Amino acid sequence: MNDINVKTRKFLSRFFKKHELADQEDIFALGFVNSLFAMQLVMFLEKEFGITVDTTDLDLDNFRTIAKIVEFVEKKQAPVA
Amino acid sequence: MIIELTEEQRSLQEKFREFVDREIVPYAAENDREEHLNPAMVRKMAEAGLMGSMLPTSVGGSGFDDITIGLLNEEVGRGCTSARNLLTVHGMMGLALLRWGTPEQKKTWLPALADGEKIGAFGLSEPEVGSDAKSIQTTAVLDGDEWVLNGVKRWITMGMLADVFLIFAQVDGQPSAFIVESDRPGFSRKPITGMLGSRGSMLAELHMNNCRIPKDNLVCKIGMGLSHVALSCLDYGRYTVAWGCIGLAQACLEACLQYVKTREQFGKKLGEFQLIQKMITEMVVQIKASRLLCLQAGYLKQVGDPDGIMETWVAKYSASVMVSKVAGDTVQIHGGNGCHQDYPVERFYRDAKINEIIEGSTQVHEYLIARNVLQSV
Repeated sequence: MNDINVKTRKFLSRFFKKHELADQEDIFALGFVNSLFAMQLVMFLEKEFGITVDTTDLDLDNFRTIAKIVEFVEKKQAPVA
Repeated sequence: MIIELTEEQRSLQEKFREFVDREIVPYAAENDREEHLNPAMVRKMAEAGLMGSMLPTSVGGSGFDDITIGLLNEEVGRGCTSARNLLTVHGMMGLALLRWGTPEQKKTWLPALADGEKIGAFGLSEPEVGSDAKSIQTTAVLDGDEWVLNGVKRWITMGMLADVFLIFAQVDGQPSAFIVESDRPGFSRKPITGMLGSRGSMLAELHMNNCRIPKDNLVCKIGMGLSHVALSCLDYGRYTVAWGCIGLAQACLEACLQYVKTREQFGKKLGEFQLIQKMITEMVVQIKASRLLCLQAGYLKQVGDPDGIMETWVAKYSASVMVSKVAGDTVQIHGGNGCHQDYPVERFYRDAKINEIIEGSTQVHEYLIARNVLQSV
């Protein structure tokens, strides 16, 4: 499990205390997150991984699962060609 | 852990205090009485750079850190709640564009908002929609290169003063945010007078009747208006309201201290009576406790910690409930004098209550804070 996965999983665990999240599990479909979650997630990703979440990144599919979040962060961290 | 302001923060705090005593306090009663912000006071606030206090230097703002922004709002809130409201809603517009605006929107608006050349405000509430923001009824429909907005916004702070609004509307049932300038065709506004408190906040009802704005005035993406734009604005709103409550409570305390040291009953100064001392003690302790929560929220914001969002809810809840109690005790200590406009404390009392309603009511805070902690165990 890579570092992004571990840190993201730890952050998400505060919202999913009694549920062991699978990498491919749809976190929005579980119904645990409240209206503040979206901003908390953006702040977490920006602070923890040193990225900036832009308007163009705001596609729920980027944040739907742990696997998708890892993919998104890795893409944002990759040097621009 | 060190809870201490930096030398720069202390120095700015002193400057803010001097500015507020000189340029805001003298207008506070008039702002309340006339239900209008004195234009000279607003101009002075802009000249002093206060309108850009929440924006970075790169767009002409002051570049203050979050704690300094808090200290500013405390001092302005001590002087005049309506002046602090101006900083709050103006900042909400600016920060929304800073965070989610297009490069063109930023270029057009941020420098003008930062120097106060343009005043911004926030248009979410409607006649039938308060806390339940997802149910807004204002609509936006794309027609060629323009959005056509229809609907009514109510209780809009600085609605009669602002040049530009961040308006929230449904696009096919998806809440979205738009920049709406006050001179757009189909836009009109009516003043709301006779409010209980914050009477200088120039509230308005905004009417959009086939109001046409350019397609490029959409802020962020369709459907992200509440979850991302409004919530990030409201986070700043909640933070500055919380600090404003600290300032207002401090004004109450200072008024009480002055009063109980001079007013005599039964041949003794009021301050010598133990029941008065108890009220003063409670004020001091409650103000300090809420201020610490605000500092904690500010620190978390500054370091970008996601917990800063929830801690801001906690701070605002604490500060707004606290200031209602403190202002009530302040009127009580002042007796008959506290019930008359010759003393500022009746205004403090009226202004205090508004803070339990704006930026999330006390009950919405109670629901959300409890739900958050229940979820965490």
